[in-house]
Amino acid sequence: MELGQRLLEGDKKAAARMISLIENDDPHALEILSESYQYTGKAKVIGITGPPGAGKSTLVDKVVKQLRARGKTVGVIAVDPTSPFTGGSILGDRIRMSDLNLDPGVFIRSMGTRGHLGGLSKATLGAVKILDLLGKDFILIETVGVGQSEVDIVKAADSVLMVMVPGLGDDIQAIKAGIMEIGDVFVVNKADRDGADRTKMEIEMMLDFSHQEWRPPVSMAVAVNNKGIDEIVDNLELHLTFLEESGKLMENRVKNSEMEILDLSQTALLKHMTRSDDNRAWLRGLAEKIARRELDPYTGSQMVLDKMITQSIGGGKDENTES
Amino acid sequence: MDRPIRVLVAKPGLDGHDRGAKVIARALRDAGMEVIYTGLRLTPEQIVQAAIQEDVDVVALSILSGAHGHLLPKVVNLLKQEDAYDEILVLGGGVIPEEDIPGLKEKGIAEVFTPGTPTTVTIDFIQNNLKRKQ
Amino acid sequence: MADNEKMDALRKKRQQWDEKTAKSLQKFPERKEKFTTGSNEPVERLYTPLDLEDFDYEAQLGLPGEYPYTRGVQPTMYRGRFWTMRQYAGFATAEESNKRYKYLLDAGQTGLSVAFDLPTQIGYDSDHALSEGEVGKVGVAIDSLKDMEILFDGIPLDKVSTSMTINAPASVLLAMYIAVAEKQGVSPDQLRGTIQNDILKEYIARGTYIFPVEPSMRLITNIFEYCSKEVPQWNTISISGYHIREAGSSAVQEVAFTLADGMAYVEAAIETGLEVDSFAPRLSFFFNAHNDLLEEVAKFRAARRIWAKLMKEKYGAKNPKSMMLKFHTQTAGSTLTAQQPDNNVVRVAIQTLAAVLGGTQSLHTNSKDEALALPTEDSVRVALRTQQIVAHESGVAETVDPLAGSYYVESLTNKIEEEAMAYINRISEMGGAPAAIEKGYIQKEIMDSAYEYQKQIEKNERIIVGLNKFQVKEGAPKGLLRVDPSVGEMQEKKLELLRQERDNQTVTEKLATLKEAAGTDANLMPYILDAVKAYATLGEICGTLRDVFGEYQQSVVL
Repeated sequence: MELGQRLLEGDKKAAARMISLIENDDPHALEILSESYQYTGKAKVIGITGPPGAGKSTLVDKVVKQLRARGKTVGVIAVDPTSPFTGGSILGDRIRMSDLNLDPGVFIRSMGTRGHLGGLSKATLGAVKILDLLGKDFILIETVGVGQSEVDIVKAADSVLMVMVPGLGDDIQAIKAGIMEIGDVFVVNKADRDGADRTKMEIEMMLDFSHQEWRPPVSMAVAVNNKGIDEIVDNLELHLTFLEESGKLMENRVKNSEMEILDLSQTALLKHMTRSDDNRAWLRGLAEKIARRELDPYTGSQMVLDKMITQSIGGGKDENTES
Repeated sequence: MDRPIRVLVAKPGLDGHDRGAKVIARALRDAGMEVIYTGLRLTPEQIVQAAIQEDVDVVALSILSGAHGHLLPKVVNLLKQEDAYDEILVLGGGVIPEEDIPGLKEKGIAEVFTPGTPTTVTIDFIQNNLKRKQ
Repeated sequence: MADNEKMDALRKKRQQWDEKTAKSLQKFPERKEKFTTGSNEPVERLYTPLDLEDFDYEAQLGLPGEYPYTRGVQPTMYRGRFWTMRQYAGFATAEESNKRYKYLLDAGQTGLSVAFDLPTQIGYDSDHALSEGEVGKVGVAIDSLKDMEILFDGIPLDKVSTSMTINAPASVLLAMYIAVAEKQGVSPDQLRGTIQNDILKEYIARGTYIFPVEPSMRLITNIFEYCSKEVPQWNTISISGYHIREAGSSAVQEVAFTLADGMAYVEAAIETGLEVDSFAPRLSFFFNAHNDLLEEVAKFRAARRIWAKLMKEKYGAKNPKSMMLKFHTQTAGSTLTAQQPDNNVVRVAIQTLAAVLGGTQSLHTNSKDEALALPTEDSVRVALRTQQIVAHESGVAETVDPLAGSYYVESLTNKIEEEAMAYINRISEMGGAPAAIEKGYIQKEIMDSAYEYQKQIEKNERIIVGLNKFQVKEGAPKGLLRVDPSVGEMQEKKLELLRQERDNQTVTEKLATLKEAAGTDANLMPYILDAVKAYATLGEICGTLRDVFGEYQQSVVL
């Protein structure tokens, strides 16, 4: 049977294979996604981010169990960094989710960033669609969590859960600028530690400064002991309801779609420019001129765009349009 | 298109000695593979479900407790039940007596790496014996 | 002073010698550019009094049996009596293990050491789903007091000392031992032996944990308190570096992480209100003996010195026994090769020398076939004979700490102390060993060493005879010990019978009482003992505690 059909019928092996194909830019898989895109958009997508050591994987494990207890099916995408030197990676997020392996209502996939910055991998958005097509009610995306800007998660998720821990000290000051805008729901994990109340208060204070329609709730949890998980899921549901009722859900999805098509076209453009030997040689020639100061990079990039347009109009044929 | 080989490294059973599993995980990563490391105390059922969801090319099982004769074939059988065995290479490693190896191979374990095997041997074996073409 | 003049003269001489040697190196280069110990510590060409210029004999070494115990914890050491020769053994069923113990006692062994199978170590009964395929594999399967009675049948518990390698469920197995002794008419205060009871290294390296850190530490301090009153001759913990080293750590890391674990136990006990001298004398340690003979000797000596100082200066111990680091040693299993296994006999002999020259209190020597499977009776005998040859024929046991004063050994001892203390301080800053384990710091440090070691072997920078040099073609080894696969079924049948025969009403009651107590801060030992005596199974007792405490989640940083 056709891969796309199997996916729609809930075949987890088809989903697993589709994700691999999308990760590898397989044209056939892109075609399937493009055909079945109309059926996506049903799943609620939750991003989970926060500094390293915040206990994200354990928290994801418990949140999934809570969602399952509420009768929801769940997909999890856990992203870990790929080594820039070897291209390899060790993806270890499943360690904390081993009980979930046998639950047929849960599908977990680990992904390496494969050179992509921003906390996600390039194929994450594709994987979300695939798990959506597989019929999962909720899709949780756990970001890399290397403490850098993890801005991509906003483009991928309807709602972002920001996981904090006590004892980050000055770090909280350093990252607050970035995170305050990203988080829709906050949780102070490992709340049995000293300083949890202070951390919560600091977050509350910072949130009080921003005057958005939605004021993110902040709760406490001790994920290892399964404490405070109920409240996290309640808060996420509250936020999702708010999004739907206020019309923000569609508004955000329009914004996200816009960013997605820009990202995709940018990638496609780059790929196109480096696809044929002719194009690569032409680009190289341009670069040599720029390096010798015979041409400037601004004019050069305009020439690339012009060439792209000409080639597209010409049906993608590589005419020699030396200008 | 050149894609990284995906390997699930798992420790079936109750054995907690994970030095070998961790060393091989690092070596495979340094050879450019994507390693899904699943930690201790996994049942064969859990390993097989993880392997399917992760769409791996290889399942590498490390075991030092002497329970290999039971646990390794069980993983193979479950993969077969899930119709996934034809695409996944199953490897064993750890304290496994030489005389047990032919029996394990008959039951579908592609190769068994005993203590002292250089990681390069395992890496070469994986690269040359994948069931699914890259 | 004359001494200073002598040192200056030596310094001059040494300089000339260095220059002369440097010249001859052009013609006769050394085997390699960098020399290192087995743990990658740099080794100099030559050690002289110049390397020990600030050496203070009394402060750094002292006399044997005196602070800081660098030279040993007893004044006469092996002139009084040899170390305890204790072979770790346990096979399949209690019946079989009982036979093996009697064989070993007849062969001249002086203490018993019990190995348990994995389900027992993780608190599952033999008929639990996760026990499938594991029952009786790496040791004896113990499901209830019934099995323990068989295990020690005909072995007078007032005469032998027994060491039990049991950690997460240590309180249950200790309770069973006390109950068996009682049936033999032996009171708890006559019992001698050790439980490993070291949960922190399970999180770090060995993996047979059950409960999270806090309740685990509570069970341990419960044992400290209970034994100090009821089983005063029992060693309540064996703080273990053995498995840390097996996991790939360096010698320095072995000392540092083990002592950091020890500090965590001391601090936990003090925090519950115990007085340091009430429990510290019963703490013991368990180290690894690796191949680098002199580095290992220095390691043992450094460990003794650090512990004595910590106990005296940091924790205010007054009783000298609290400051003495007594330890058991096992030769390094990870150094055994599956290739040319006879060579392992030689490795074990070197490691035995390291342990004895390092002043161990007891020793297990590995059998040559342990890289392949469980050891056979013949190879176990050779391993024991190795100890006996070192004891009776080598001469190293005739005087105390014979390597003291070696410029090299003393320099290494100082260096290991210094580097281990740097680790210990770093761990203290993180909030102690439990916090460092939770962050995955200790595990990652060990893994880095292990991976480096593996790479050195693969690049032939480190030679392992028979493995990456001097290989031969060999056939499959024969005559390995096999565990009867029907052991699992036998244990299951025994359990079925037990559940029919025992008074299940009482079992339920005792477990309910235990559960209730677990929710308070009561000492759980008496409740566990009650449950054990009612023939509640190990799995039932641990399951009850799992319900209250939850389970530990491992921290992996790769």
